[in-house]
Amino acid sequence: MNAQELADRVGERHPSVVVARQEATLTLERTELLGALAPLRDDPELRLDFLSSITASDRPGRDPRFWVAYELYSLELRHRLRVKVGLAEDGASVPSVTSVFPTANWLERETYDFYGIVFDGHPDLRRILLPDGWEGWPLRKTEELGGVNTWYHGGAFIPPVDRRIT
Amino acid sequence: MSEREVDALSTGEVRQETMIVNMGPQHPSTHGVLRLLLELDGETVVSCEPIIGYLHTGIEKNTEYRTWQQGVTFVTRADYLSPFFNETAYCLAVEKLLGIEAPPRAQVLRVLFMEMNRIASHLVWLATAGMELGAVSVMLYGFRERETILDIFEAATGLRMNHAYVRIGGVVMDLPDGGLDAIGDFTAMMPGRIREYENLLSRNPIWVERNAGVGVLKAETALGLGVTGPVLRSAGVAKDVRRDEPYCGYETYEFDVPVRETADCYGRFELRLEEMRESLRIVEQCSERLREPGHVMIEDPKVAWPARLEVGSDGIGNAPSYVTHIMEESMEALIHHFKMVTEGVSVPAGEVYVPVESPRGELGFYVVSDGGHRPYRVKIRDPSFVNLQSVPAMVEGGLVADAIAVISSLDPVMGGVDR
Repeated sequence: MNAQELADRVGERHPSVVVARQEATLTLERTELLGALAPLRDDPELRLDFLSSITASDRPGRDPRFWVAYELYSLELRHRLRVKVGLAEDGASVPSVTSVFPTANWLERETYDFYGIVFDGHPDLRRILLPDGWEGWPLRKTEELGGVNTWYHGGAFIPPVDRRIT
Repeated sequence: MSEREVDALSTGEVRQETMIVNMGPQHPSTHGVLRLLLELDGETVVSCEPIIGYLHTGIEKNTEYRTWQQGVTFVTRADYLSPFFNETAYCLAVEKLLGIEAPPRAQVLRVLFMEMNRIASHLVWLATAGMELGAVSVMLYGFRERETILDIFEAATGLRMNHAYVRIGGVVMDLPDGGLDAIGDFTAMMPGRIREYENLLSRNPIWVERNAGVGVLKAETALGLGVTGPVLRSAGVAKDVRRDEPYCGYETYEFDVPVRETADCYGRFELRLEEMRESLRIVEQCSERLREPGHVMIEDPKVAWPARLEVGSDGIGNAPSYVTHIMEESMEALIHHFKMVTEGVSVPAGEVYVPVESPRGELGFYVVSDGGHRPYRVKIRDPSFVNLQSVPAMVEGGLVADAIAVISSLDPVMGGVDR
């Protein structure tokens, strides 16, 4: 199924589906997410049964500030659908999809680690790539690159990239 | 010894506690800095938790602070055993955002180098897996053949690893003189070598004992955990992005997607040898197509890197005629050169997800642009990261020695896992 046919089929249930660059994107409210994924997976014409990736992006000052993006794939029908959930700055939480797709476990932990987005109902929501004691959410746009105390060079402070003198 | 322990010894009571063992992060058999927190009951693994992040280098964050072209040099360092896949997937994503396509010869060169890279990566897997299970001679053979591939990479790109050879709109330069001959020699030599590995291992009782029936991961569990690549194909699911969602013209090449039904470490061993043979088939088809000359970089000056590269005495450099042109002849050319080098290409706003089939599974790039000269977000869906989640499912309940075989059959590369 190409992206347009897929979008038409998904659009029967959810009107907020768009196609851009041959990719279909469905935008959902955070309360709708869990209820929507299982039918997408079980519909014989969609069969979106494989979760490739979960990630987020950050747009400070906009509403919603965060977008969590889920990349779904159908092994049998070989089409892809992106599901996006917008989150406001305050109370940035979204239901965990680990009950539908077990692979979401680490992907959600990574998203939490980088953006501080809380996945409600996640069995083990801890940092995964950064040290447990890390402060802040490094992939948020409000965090600079560099500008942290290091554990090498005797604890030297390395200034942010745009303030380095080379 | 406490009184209770003396009592226990004299009455023959068995102690029931389990032992916690940290395997790694500095351990020769964990493929880099992977740490496994194992709870052992004697020789049996009760529970296992992989702990990662020791090689986190912030590649995704770094790309947001560089131009689109500079992104290539960052992502190539993620999974350092498959740099061409990272570069190609990133460039395909940016090209999709730009709405352009690389010229046919560049596509063939990408496929050629990706398949050579797949062989090199599987050779490292063979070498390390062999070493970890005690077959040290295989380690030497694997790295020996990989070296011939890296020599070809070095001749073509200037570097053995982290090539930054694939660029937005094509590849950086064409094959050097004699490049096709070197590749021809390699494809002629390799089938015999693969037979050699097979003769050494496939009926070797120790190898079979250590691998057959070990680390079983059935298809349903693997799919639920998002496992892709040889590990999923060893469980009978023929998922291969090259065939399912072709890119770079893979639909025009003849190759098979090998599958096994055993779902164990031995199946993955057979499968990877088979995949090397299929890659060789594709490499041969690429060499055939490369006999026709053609452009390797898109001609649109708003996208193409402003350079005319040639191999000089010091490696790769800009041709003197090009330097003369921008420095002495044309002010506009100088301005254009300056703008492209400092500011780079401008990419329309939008988001794409582009998957490719890396040696370890589905490597996906989710790239967001806000219409500027820098990526807004680059997310690398690295197969090693997702596959590593399945370690507890394969290790728990087995012997601690089997954990080594399981990790090596997954072939995780920590550069990709931690990014």
